[in-house]
Order: sequence, then structure tokens, then C-alpha cells
Amino acid sequence: MKRSLINCVAIAVSLAATLAGCSQPEFTEAEKRTIASMSLSALAPLPPDPTNRFADDPGAAALGATLFFDTGMSRDGNVACGTCHKIDRQFQDDLPRGVGVAETNRRTMPLAGVARDPFFFWDGRRDSLWAQALTPLENPLEHAGNRAAYVHYLKRRFGERYERIFRPLPDLSAVPPNAGPFGTPAEQTAWHAMTEQQRRDVNLVFADIGKAIAAFERSISHGQTRFDRFADAVAKGSTPAGDNALSEEEQAGLRLFIGRANCSTCHTGPRFTDNHFHNTGVPPVPGLPADRGRTAVLNEVLADPFNCFGKFRDGGDEACGELKFMQKSAPELVRAYKTPSLRGVADRPPYMHAGQFATLEQVLDHYAKAPAPVEGVSEIHPVALSDRERAELVAFLKTLSD
Amino acid sequence: MASPWRMIGGAVGLVALAVGVLAVVYLTAPATPGPDLARSKASAKGVFTVAIAPEMGDIRQGELHSWLVTLKTRKGAPVEDAKIIVGGGMPEHAHGLPTSPEATAYLGGGRYRIEGVKFSMSGWWQLKLGISSPVGADQATFNLVM
Repeated sequence: MKRSLINCVAIAVSLAATLAGCSQPEFTEAEKRTIASMSLSALAPLPPDPTNRFADDPGAAALGATLFFDTGMSRDGNVACGTCHKIDRQFQDDLPRGVGVAETNRRTMPLAGVARDPFFFWDGRRDSLWAQALTPLENPLEHAGNRAAYVHYLKRRFGERYERIFRPLPDLSAVPPNAGPFGTPAEQTAWHAMTEQQRRDVNLVFADIGKAIAAFERSISHGQTRFDRFADAVAKGSTPAGDNALSEEEQAGLRLFIGRANCSTCHTGPRFTDNHFHNTGVPPVPGLPADRGRTAVLNEVLADPFNCFGKFRDGGDEACGELKFMQKSAPELVRAYKTPSLRGVADRPPYMHAGQFATLEQVLDHYAKAPAPVEGVSEIHPVALSDRERAELVAFLKTLSD
Repeated sequence: MASPWRMIGGAVGLVALAVGVLAVVYLTAPATPGPDLARSKASAKGVFTVAIAPEMGDIRQGELHSWLVTLKTRKGAPVEDAKIIVGGGMPEHAHGLPTSPEATAYLGGGRYRIEGVKFSMSGWWQLKLGISSPVGADQATFNLVM
């Protein structure tokens, strides 16, 4: 009797051990392929930007770096691009919403790999890196300046450098010191009183400012992480060890990330983003102006004089496919925001387009519950995640920072 | 006195055995059949034979690319002067295509170029072609898995 009891227990223990072993199996071949596809090693070389013929000009990039960190590039002389895009903080500012001249409505985005995006800002309201760089300069909450003032400033401070790289500066003697299409009423009046030739001259130099800043930003790239070393070892069929290894917990998080938690459907590829816009039901921040995301800016990007269809583009219009074939009307663009890259994500709370969530745990809680959006249709569905599984996902995300 | 222990032990063993058997059944069950991935098929009402092929060979997820659509009548004659409207999306998500592809050129022999296609996410996509032509109107849906 005793022996049969021992036998039963032994069988149960061995089966339980077998099943427990199954909870951490080797990655399947399909999983290994997915993991390899997310390594930084799988990232294609940065493609050229034919719309900016100065994109890979070192002189333009150096001038762009100077302008990026120059607080003179603002109305009150206190705001530079680098004020919010902090060089030692992944080019972001750790705040729920960026603060230039005043608090903005959006979280400052980090800049690593930004030159690979087809559209810019959380809602994609610009279609090139150089057109993007111009926008905050004239936003009253950010740099709050006007383009005539920027062009005068450029001539005064960096005229010789500019002419060496770009072209002879136009005659600006009759251009008012302050004028622009988005400034104060007086600045707008001054802008419209200028001749068409003067406006074109100012716009051309203003576009070059964006092209110089873009040339600098193209050099901001992702660094290799522990996950990448792990993924490269997996891809080679070797056993990751030492600095290349992920713990059991981190591997479990990775398996969830590319599996049941459905993260990698949008956070895909080496940059962990599909570069598209999705409504995931992220709630608005009380007190901020109405924000409808991607759907609200479709006309803006199409009408932007600095877009790919405009006359300040270098090269031919064959580079304009993203704008030409842009999704122009679709219900899913209501309150849709760009999928952010997750590289370095654990080191830069808060999260979402207006800093709605303070921690990664709050982000996972949102995605697990998948609440209904205030407007539009959310693409995400609830997924049951235990406390342990959430900890595993967070542990995995931290391997994108090491 | 040993009887309750024996019963508990037996129960644990049986439960473990049942779980083990279920695990084997689950692991060896045939996978759910995926969508029909044919790249050439009759249109929905049978007006056309429609074939699609990526213009440059491999499709890379997240990159704009072009497809060639070949339209033929059921008797195999190339269909000319067709208008093709491109739609589609991801049936398992609440969204359509991430771009607005267009038929941009007729290349002769019933072949049309569709530009501006992008599959931004992994998973099951559908490309839906609405076709109108002098020989009739119909539609065709193709499944693709990225």
C-alpha cells in the first residue's frame, strides 16, 4: 500500500516537473526569427534624404548642431531645441509635457533614429525631418519666434558659415525685423505686407535652417543594448552568456512581448515601432485643449509649404511617396498617435503622448484593461496579465536600456 | 488509516496524468488553418481572373512598395481600360491599410501598377481590389501574412 502511494506521488511529481519545465521552453524557430528581426543588427543603413541635399553634409550638420543648442533661436533667448531635447536624457526632458516659452500639450519625443520616421510629431503633422525642425521655432508655446527674426539672426551670427554651406544670403535689408505667418498680429501683418520675393527669400533661408538641424539630427542613433547582444546570439544559434544573457524573468517577458501580450504587433522591428498611428484608448489629460490626434492634422501636413510637394524640397517628387499615398481619411485615425520606439523606454517616464502614465506598470495596466477611448475605436483588446507577467514584461523592457 | 492518503495520492496522480494527456493533445493538435494565400484567383463573381505580384520581389514590412495586378477575362484575354480601387486592412484589428494605394499606370497586357502599398504591422492583411472595366465590374480579395 505504501509502495503504491509512493509510486503515485513519484508519478505526480515527475509529471509536474515535466509541465513546470514546459513553462520556460526554448524559443521556437518562429520566435527566434522574430527576436533576430528586432535586433539593432537588423536595422538597415540610414537611407539618404533626397529632399534635403545637405542631409549628409558635415558642415550643415555642424551648423545644425550649433543651432540646435542655441537659445538665441527663440523669442526670448531662453529656448533652444536642446532645452526639451536634452542631450544627456535621450534628447527628451522627463516631463509629462515639454516646456518651452510655456508648457506644451505634448510629451517631448526622444530623437534616436528619428531620421527614419516617415512622419514627425506624435500625430505626424510634418513629413520630413527638416520641415519638422521648423515647426517648434514658430510655435508660441515652444520657441515662439518668427521666421524673419530667425533669418536675420542667422545672417548676423552665422552668415559666413551659412554661405559656405548653402548659398549666398539674399538681400534682407528691407525685410522687417519681425514677421511671420504664425506670429503676433503685428508680425502677421508685417509678413503679409512683404513682397512675394521677400517672403520667398525668407522661406528659403528658413527651410535651410531646418535642413541644417535635420543634418545634425540624422547623426542621433540608437545604441546597442543587452537585448541586441542576446538577439544576435540567438540569431547565430549560440547560447547567450555573460553580458549577452537575459534572465529567466527577462526571457519570459520577451516571450510575452512577441506572443500573448501582442506588443510586437505595433512595436515591431529593430526600432520597436511600425511608424504608424493607432488609437489605443489613451485618455486625454483634463484641462488640455481638445486633441483628436492624427485625424486633426491631415490637412495641415498636406498644406504645409515645406512639405515634400512644396518648392523647398530638393530632388524629384519620387521621394514623396509617403505624402502622396498618405492615408487621408479613415475612422481609425481619430485619436490615433504614433507608435513610439521602445528603445531606452524604461529610463524615460512618463509615458504616452501627453505623459498620461507615470510608470511602465501603469502603461501595462492600461494595455491589459484596454479601456474604451473617449472618441474613435481602440485597436487594443484586453489581455489577462498576472502581476508576475507584468513584472516579466517590465524586466524585458529594461533590457532595451542596458 | 493509509486509505485517505492513498486516495489523495491517487487523485493527485490522476489529475497530473490528465493534465499531461491534455498537454500532449494540445501540443500535437493541428494548427488552425490560415487564410487562403493564393496570389491568383477568380474575382468574387467570376468576371475576371486576377493575379497580384510585388513589383520588386520581396516585400519588406514597413516600406512603401508597388504591386502589379494582372487582369484577364475568364477566357484569358487581357482586360484593358480597367479602373482599380485599392482597399483592405487587417481583419483582426480595427483598421484599414496604413496608406492609400492607387493604380498609377497601365503597363499593357492587362497589367496595372498599384503604388503606395505598405504593410506596417506583422499579422494577417487583406488587399481588396474593386475593379470596373468595359467587360464588367467585380472585386477580389487577397490575403497576405507579414
